[in-house]
Amino acid sequence: MTNPTSQAEIVRQSLKRRYRKERRFRAYGIAAIAVALLALVTLFTDIISKGYTGFLKTTVTLEVTLDQDLMYLEDATDDKALRMADFKAPLLAALQKEVPQATSEREDQRALNGLVSSYATNELKDALKADPSILGTTQTMTFLASDDVDVYVKHKGDTTYSIKLSERQQQWADQLVEKGVIENSFNDVFFSHGDSREPGNAGVLGAMVGSLLTMLVTLFLSFPIGVAAAIYLEEFAPQNKLTDFIEVNINNLAAVPSIIFGLLGLAIFINLFGMPRSVPVVGGLVLMLMTLPTIIISSRAAIKSVPPSIREAAEGIGASKMQVVLHHVLPLALPGMLTGSIIGMAQALGETAPLLLIGMVAFIVDVPDGFFDSATVLPVQIFLWAGSPELGFIERASAAIMVLLTFLISMNALAIWLRKRLERRW
Amino acid sequence: MQPANLIPLLVVLIAIAFALGYARSRALAAPLGGIRHLKSLPFYYAARAAMWCGLPALLILACWLGFEGKVIQTLIVGSLPDDLRPESAGEASLILSQISNVASGALSADFVPEPIAEAATRLTALREDSKLMMTLLVVVIAVLGGFLAWLRIAPHINAREKFETTLRRIFFACAAVAILTTVGIVFSVIFETIRFFDKVPMTEFLFGSSWSPQTAIRVDQVGAEGAFGMIPLFVGTLLISAIAMVVAVPVGLMSAIYLSEYATKRVRGIVKPLLEMLAGVPTVVYGFFAALTVAPFITDLAAALGLQASAESALAAGLVMGVMIIPFVSSLSDDVINAVPQSLRDGSLALGATQSETMKKVIFPAALPGIMGGILLAVSRAIGETMIVVMAAGLAANLTANPLDAVTTVTVQIVTLLVGDQEFDSAKTLAAFALGMMLFIVTLVLNIIALHVVRKYREQYD
Repeated sequence: MTNPTSQAEIVRQSLKRRYRKERRFRAYGIAAIAVALLALVTLFTDIISKGYTGFLKTTVTLEVTLDQDLMYLEDATDDKALRMADFKAPLLAALQKEVPQATSEREDQRALNGLVSSYATNELKDALKADPSILGTTQTMTFLASDDVDVYVKHKGDTTYSIKLSERQQQWADQLVEKGVIENSFNDVFFSHGDSREPGNAGVLGAMVGSLLTMLVTLFLSFPIGVAAAIYLEEFAPQNKLTDFIEVNINNLAAVPSIIFGLLGLAIFINLFGMPRSVPVVGGLVLMLMTLPTIIISSRAAIKSVPPSIREAAEGIGASKMQVVLHHVLPLALPGMLTGSIIGMAQALGETAPLLLIGMVAFIVDVPDGFFDSATVLPVQIFLWAGSPELGFIERASAAIMVLLTFLISMNALAIWLRKRLERRW
Repeated sequence: MQPANLIPLLVVLIAIAFALGYARSRALAAPLGGIRHLKSLPFYYAARAAMWCGLPALLILACWLGFEGKVIQTLIVGSLPDDLRPESAGEASLILSQISNVASGALSADFVPEPIAEAATRLTALREDSKLMMTLLVVVIAVLGGFLAWLRIAPHINAREKFETTLRRIFFACAAVAILTTVGIVFSVIFETIRFFDKVPMTEFLFGSSWSPQTAIRVDQVGAEGAFGMIPLFVGTLLISAIAMVVAVPVGLMSAIYLSEYATKRVRGIVKPLLEMLAGVPTVVYGFFAALTVAPFITDLAAALGLQASAESALAAGLVMGVMIIPFVSSLSDDVINAVPQSLRDGSLALGATQSETMKKVIFPAALPGIMGGILLAVSRAIGETMIVVMAAGLAANLTANPLDAVTTVTVQIVTLLVGDQEFDSAKTLAAFALGMMLFIVTLVLNIIALHVVRKYREQYD
């Protein structure tokens, strides 16, 4: 044994080192959390900075003279004549009035035409169809700007965006912005239209309705089935091999990759049963099978948390097993089941991969109007837009992500609120 | 009538059956001197009538909806003239889609041969007939079932027992859906896989080192022979998963340790939900982030360092996937660390160990099996993850370990092979099912091991 002072000395010296290690270890922990939170913040700022412009549309407001001679249109009530009429001419004339320096040469005219969306002529036709009496008058009308103008007006000076407008068009666009002819406003098109080939005309309404229909199918199947399965497993299942097998199955299904459920849907629902592709019913069925394990597991936890004293009291006054469950256990466990199901539904709402395989990736312009109507869903719409080379679609994909995240966050917030509000502790 | 409208109608019928059953049981009880002379409460008689009304009808409805499409398809194909009759399943699906396009008005009847146009009208008629028959059948069955049950209401029948037995059977059927799903998964991949191995030898699939799934359009085409060796796909999957784990394991584990051992309650209350938010972000959003922000950033960074990085580098997909898995690792490790008994912790601290020494030398070894289980679950997550790699990883099957190169994964190939139009018996489509089977087996084995390890670990300290 060495003398005690040097022993204390050794400890004191090593203590310094040990405390340093302790601090370093703690710093690693803080660094890890910082990395995770940094990733979260980067993700959100990236999406918001890319997508907030998606909520703005660029419009061109023009004084259009619907001249009969210019349009070769005598009578706007005649459908055939309306189809043959020239709608480009009055548009160009109106643009020419706003951009006087444009010559009547073909190149200049084409450049002028490139300022408004190619849907503008359709809008003009629809306006005439709706009210034939405006033929021959001058109307103030608002059209969507072309996508190149849209990108230019929103991201002028931002080097990460490639501007496709020619020098001349850029000059004109600047001039029109100054005059207030071209302006940005809230993008109502985005919330009132289905998909489109042109970013300016594309919206998420179709995908939102598709998601809603799919989720309805999923909810109405998976909640009752999940709750019933949980009740059986917790309250009635005898201890035997079959019950064990069911339990192992449920735990494994919860961890099976979602794309496998897509293969199941493709092989069973579409090829075996001949159900149509890309309809909400099939999507809902596949997502139902996918969310079922989550709902069963959380429902079982909710049933387990009901204290045995409640069951015993009910049994004591002569209730049958089923009465105990239906009258006492189930109402008490329901809030927990609901929260679990909402979280499961949020998962299903964000799911993409299995829906790709059952054909919900088709290009669908119309807003679906039934469970058996071709549809797409929000995450798939995001996937489709993100894969598009056009900048306008990337912007809309980010905006659609914000819409999707808003739904998901509010669903999760609802679940947390319900848990806080309804949960009882015994 | 549309099935979506048929269900509300059925609900109304069930409600009527319930009400009538209730009324009848009370009416039967009245002359006996009140409902206490019934074997069960009127509610149970009524519920039984409602069940008889609803259950058979719903079953019929489900079966009809399930088999309607296939039966109509077979009828239509069978009614085609001999020269148009399809020889293969691929041809059949082509003709059927043509017919249904004509029927839905997407394709004008003038552009197709006469028999196809006729078949389209027949298809519309058949669909109408089927809908009508379904409606009639379901309503008749519902009314009949309800009526029979209503007739059989008698004071001496113990309706409660019968109702409860049926309900319990329904509950069991719901629990059995889990088994059915597994069986469905196995069957849906196994048949196609067997057919795939008829065309491509299993050894080539398992050990081949080149993957270029194409089937020849012409016989003499260059590269007509597709190559179906899955090694490059597996290596690509493992590479991306490994990058993901390199990110997720240290970050997830260290944040779990900090949150459970060091953080105050307030910090924990703020940071934990934020971490869980990462888990709630849909994978398509991560894919978008990986493909449009991280991948270009990595390419630029590599160029600045004088390296060549592919625009679809494995690194981008792997890093983002790692971020996705962080909350998964951290919440599983958190559970495991919290399950280590407090006595171990107190014992170590009492001996004078610092908190980090306690953590490293006592708690971590004790929690290791559980943490390993959690990591295995995370690996299986990474292997099966689809959207991030579909959007950010490449399609070319390179056999490489360089994280800056583009690689492809099993899930990417499944999606590419199955999205869009496809014929159902080409080796290309079947290959997707074979890959799906591999994926299912690998993740299943990982999950079983992981769940087993975690359970063993929990039992140790419970």
